[in-house]
Amino acid sequence: METIVFSLLNGVIYGLLLFMLSSGLTLIFSMMGVLNFAHASFYMLGAYFAYSIAGVTNFWIALILAPVLVGLVGAAVEKWGLRSVHANGHVAELLFTFGLAYLIDEVVKIIWGRNAVDYRVPELLDFPMFELFGAQYPAYRVFILLVSVGMLAALWFILNRTRAGLIIQAALTHPHMVGHLGHNVPRIFMSVFGAGCALAGLAGVIGGNYLVTDPAMAVQMGPIVFVVVVVGGLGSLTGAFLAAMLLGLMQTFAVGIDASFADIFGWLGLSATSELGGITIASLAPMIPFLMLVLILMVRPRGLMGDREL
Amino acid sequence: MKLVKSAALAAAMGFAAMGASAETVKIAFIDPLSGPFGPSGDAGFKQWSHAVSEVNEAGGMNGADLEMVPFDNKVSPKESLVQLQKAIDRGIRFIAQGNGSSVASAIIDAVNKHNKRNPGDEILFLNYAAVDPAFTNEKCSFWHFRFDSHVDMKMSAATDWIAERDEIEKVYVIGQDYSFGKAVASAAVGQLEEKRPDIEIVGNELHPLGRVKDFTPYIQKIISSDADAVITGNWGADMVLLVKAAIDSGLEAPILTYYGGSLGAATAMGEAAVGQVMQISEFVENYPTTDEQIARIEDFEETYSENDYYYHRAYNAVHFLDMAAEKAGSNDPVDIAFAMEGMTYEGPYGTVTMRAEDHQVLQDLFVSTFSADVERDVEDTGLGWTASDEARIPASATAPPTSCEMERPSR
Repeated sequence: METIVFSLLNGVIYGLLLFMLSSGLTLIFSMMGVLNFAHASFYMLGAYFAYSIAGVTNFWIALILAPVLVGLVGAAVEKWGLRSVHANGHVAELLFTFGLAYLIDEVVKIIWGRNAVDYRVPELLDFPMFELFGAQYPAYRVFILLVSVGMLAALWFILNRTRAGLIIQAALTHPHMVGHLGHNVPRIFMSVFGAGCALAGLAGVIGGNYLVTDPAMAVQMGPIVFVVVVVGGLGSLTGAFLAAMLLGLMQTFAVGIDASFADIFGWLGLSATSELGGITIASLAPMIPFLMLVLILMVRPRGLMGDREL
Repeated sequence: MKLVKSAALAAAMGFAAMGASAETVKIAFIDPLSGPFGPSGDAGFKQWSHAVSEVNEAGGMNGADLEMVPFDNKVSPKESLVQLQKAIDRGIRFIAQGNGSSVASAIIDAVNKHNKRNPGDEILFLNYAAVDPAFTNEKCSFWHFRFDSHVDMKMSAATDWIAERDEIEKVYVIGQDYSFGKAVASAAVGQLEEKRPDIEIVGNELHPLGRVKDFTPYIQKIISSDADAVITGNWGADMVLLVKAAIDSGLEAPILTYYGGSLGAATAMGEAAVGQVMQISEFVENYPTTDEQIARIEDFEETYSENDYYYHRAYNAVHFLDMAAEKAGSNDPVDIAFAMEGMTYEGPYGTVTMRAEDHQVLQDLFVSTFSADVERDVEDTGLGWTASDEARIPASATAPPTSCEMERPSR
């Protein structure tokens, strides 16, 4: 029972954090047809910006200012970088974001050093919210939950219920028509890219002190985010949400299960002392995202909710 | 005839070494200098460079200046062999490496092979942190010297600490899923069985190396197992995240670590970990020591303001090298290797001996505690590591027998 409750709570939080990161990526992809390899680097920038801003002022100002700053950096990258590369096709764009990821990595190392920085949870939220089965549940996790749900609602509202959302959705599928109607399509692209990066930045702000803020965080998070986007279906926000939740829950549940292959397949005569039988479900947890990626590409190449083939 | 030939060769080598004495002796430092484990290798390089500069100021190794040359191996055994070959091609005959037992294993094999094929051009491997027990047991080599206490030795310090505490009845072991983590787990289970058969191992878990972002699910398992103590060999990011999750979830059991001093760990742990996290190491920053040692620590931290003094064993390694060269009267790796066997050195934290049978260093170990009441903090947190005299375990108590059957070259 306690395993289920804890896994559920942790899984949902991890899933929401993953979704916040991947929503920007999938938005950018559906708009420009380009997988932004530097996306996780914007997540890292968000965490570092928040650390610096929180050092001078406080966490709450950083919570607002850091994503805005990351969004501005993203917009600038689109305007002066990606846009001119765009003329040379998708491969050039892909390579551009690839290079950018390394560039941001190095810049972060030069400015903030190679070690983890002391980016802390704000004191106001640094207390155990409640106690469940003997383990404390930090208030900051509940805060992450609230921020993520708030962001999810806001994103949904903007895309589906506002005029700006309407234009963005139109520009995604019919950019020329939108242009002919008098909208500035490059500016829409720029703002969507910026907003996508800002979302990654926000994930960095609340994820950086929940996990660890160090120069390796982008490299560690990058592959998982791609898995979420591909499994969910490239370009689909709903899909990304489902995939993020699925991944978050599956990973935490797998860790919580104490069974090994021998327990499950014991009826086949698999003993716990054999190489295969000794493998525990928990040890498979980090493999799950990539297993899902491979399976999805085999069975359903366009992802859970995607509408185009890879 | 053969004897005459090798004697002549040795003489020639000795002569060449003497002739080159006005020049520099290079030490290749093969460790990760970029990527996720970059900070660990970088800190090691700084410490070695500092140790080497100490010898140089005192007149060098038989008059020759020592110089550290960095090679980035990205913690990959394959890449390490490429870098090793590069170092050999540049005429470097001393190799220093530490991060990753998988890497050290590959280097030992390569060095053995090289020395067999190139008599007269031998190279020496100074291992300062790879602690798989095999390297000084079944896999031991004349060309390998280990300056860190290996897994079983450190574990005997940890299990002694647990055995003395009757209130500990349940122990949880968690580690990284590769040779080192497995060695830690089996050492913990085996030694506890022997020292305190009444203790129940309530969990023995391996998690993938460097891929877990949130350890909370693991910590919740530990909490629900009612463990009274946790043992972990984790290092790098795995160490930092594990302790962070433990603190956040209110785990109260003491955590015995090998690498609680990993860069970034103190920052992540914060005040909540005070008194709870322990580290088994040969060096404790706040343990009373000599004035020279304090001056050395201060000088290091002044020179490299980003880092804290951590790899004390780098100084042991460099001083052993220097002393052995002086004793042998030569800078030739073979002469140094023979001279280094069984050598002792009066260090600031007790006597350090290089056991001749297996080339394993024997030194006092400390079970240090993370504390708020310290003179020297780490990572500017105001917190640091301290140890009392009771927490000091003499070298003799940590020295296990070895199964090594050393093959020595003829002299």
